[in-house]
Amino acid sequence: MTILVIAEHDHGTLKVATRNTVAAAKQIGSEIHVLVAGNNCGAAAKAAAQIEGVAKVLHSDAPQLGEFLAENVSALVVSIAKRYSHILAPATSNGKDVTPRIAALLDAQQISEIIAVESPDTFVRPIYAGNALATVQSKDAIKVITVRITGFDAVAASGGSAVLETLVAPPDSGLSAFISREVSKSERPELTAAKIVVSGGRGMGSGENFKILEPLADKLNAAMGASRAAVDAGFVPNDWQVGQTGKIVAPDLYVAVGISGAIQHLAGMKDSRVIVAINKDEEAPIFSVADYGIVGDLFKVVPQLVEELKK
Amino acid sequence: MKALVSIKRVIDYNVKVRVKSDGTGVETANVKMSMNPFDEIAVEEAMRLKEAGVVTEVLVVSCGVAACQETLRTALAIGADRAILVESDVALQPLAVAKLLKAVCQKENPQLVILGKQAIDDDSNQTGQMLAALLNWPQATFASKVQVADGKAQVTREVDGGLETVSLKLPAIITTDLRLNEPRYVTLPNIMKAKKKPLENLKPDALGVDVAPRVSILRVVDPPKRKAGVKVPDAKALVEKLRNEAKVI
Repeated sequence: MTILVIAEHDHGTLKVATRNTVAAAKQIGSEIHVLVAGNNCGAAAKAAAQIEGVAKVLHSDAPQLGEFLAENVSALVVSIAKRYSHILAPATSNGKDVTPRIAALLDAQQISEIIAVESPDTFVRPIYAGNALATVQSKDAIKVITVRITGFDAVAASGGSAVLETLVAPPDSGLSAFISREVSKSERPELTAAKIVVSGGRGMGSGENFKILEPLADKLNAAMGASRAAVDAGFVPNDWQVGQTGKIVAPDLYVAVGISGAIQHLAGMKDSRVIVAINKDEEAPIFSVADYGIVGDLFKVVPQLVEELKK
Repeated sequence: MKALVSIKRVIDYNVKVRVKSDGTGVETANVKMSMNPFDEIAVEEAMRLKEAGVVTEVLVVSCGVAACQETLRTALAIGADRAILVESDVALQPLAVAKLLKAVCQKENPQLVILGKQAIDDDSNQTGQMLAALLNWPQATFASKVQVADGKAQVTREVDGGLETVSLKLPAIITTDLRLNEPRYVTLPNIMKAKKKPLENLKPDALGVDVAPRVSILRVVDPPKRKAGVKVPDAKALVEKLRNEAKVI
């Protein structure tokens, strides 16, 4: 039983999500390989070889892999799939894009966003926005799985000494081409990896008003997030969205400001260790999941909170 | 060019789902069912492409039980030209749906297939990508903007770090994200008109597809409940709790 983990990286650095996925793989079996596919991604491949518990790193470097186009990455994975009993990828936007394509090419019914491993063929995954947990068993010869990274604590980044093997990529599919990318620039921690997240909702009233959350996020070294309502209203960019169809986060501390707590938002943050809610509506559903709540005007409470944190 | 849109009948997004006491699934008896919200966005996008003169015909397809006809009628009321129900009483999993849609695509030859990025019941997020794989067509998932011209679709995608734009050779698969468009309301005259639009019924056998589930659901349970916490009077009290009780800052 050998397990392939598809690494998440930006060529230069390996994303933590890779180590969360290796953690899930370790619960399935012992022989773990990591695939690092990209263009000039040698540094990420070297980092992958250091991960605790990884036996082999497959490093595939080619221009047509540079933008992680699903057509090209899936062809690469399928070319080596027969060596594996399980293929795992983190449920990031890249993982969600490419993994079902791999599964279909292998005639496998993918299991999406597992949060627990019961046995090598049985897994737990949330359904209905996390309002139910399903335990499912796969009958497929090769099990193709995406891993919800909040479900597994990352293994150590060092301590391993995996063998590095070079893998030749199939040619460009010619079906799709990368045009451009608009990356949201931020000095803050990444939303899905941050220890503390400060999120704003519709109650913020405008994009401009999100500025009052910045000193709070600065003080806490927090990532900033938002509810779907705030993103739909155009207050903040789409990649800030926390929820069923946005990002799933589980920080040590989640501060929900002006967020009512719609089911689909709770689905994205209710596994946080400690939840704080600040809302003027004391009936808001967010208070039903919050450990600490303040009923009040966020425009007064947030600056006070920043002052208190300075003390 | 023809656009095909795949739609799924799901428990309405406003319904609070309840896990059945025997652990076999969630309660669906006497529960309001609707079109999956992402699929509504997919139908709307196809209609906008038709109104822009890019698409000439919008075909909607649903795979599932006979009652999916109602969902197809809703899509016809939004403006789709005709509908196909691939009827099956088997609980269809994404790979089976992708195989059924592949068979329909081979009969109908659409140049563009638009699907919701995920269904809000099983939250799988697979069918579009799987269909693209089976047809060997390009894919653009999580679309927030679509432009079609000169045999290509240029699609802006919502990704973890922001936005990404790709160009696909047609025929191609697109899956919709929330901010692609805002679906129109269905009007009564259009509901009446939709009743007269053609709705064809196909069976998986006739399409040569084995739809037997590949993953068995062993049990479905409630998630662990979070206890509601306490209200604190002010910022000072909150900081004190976070420092000394929760010890998170």
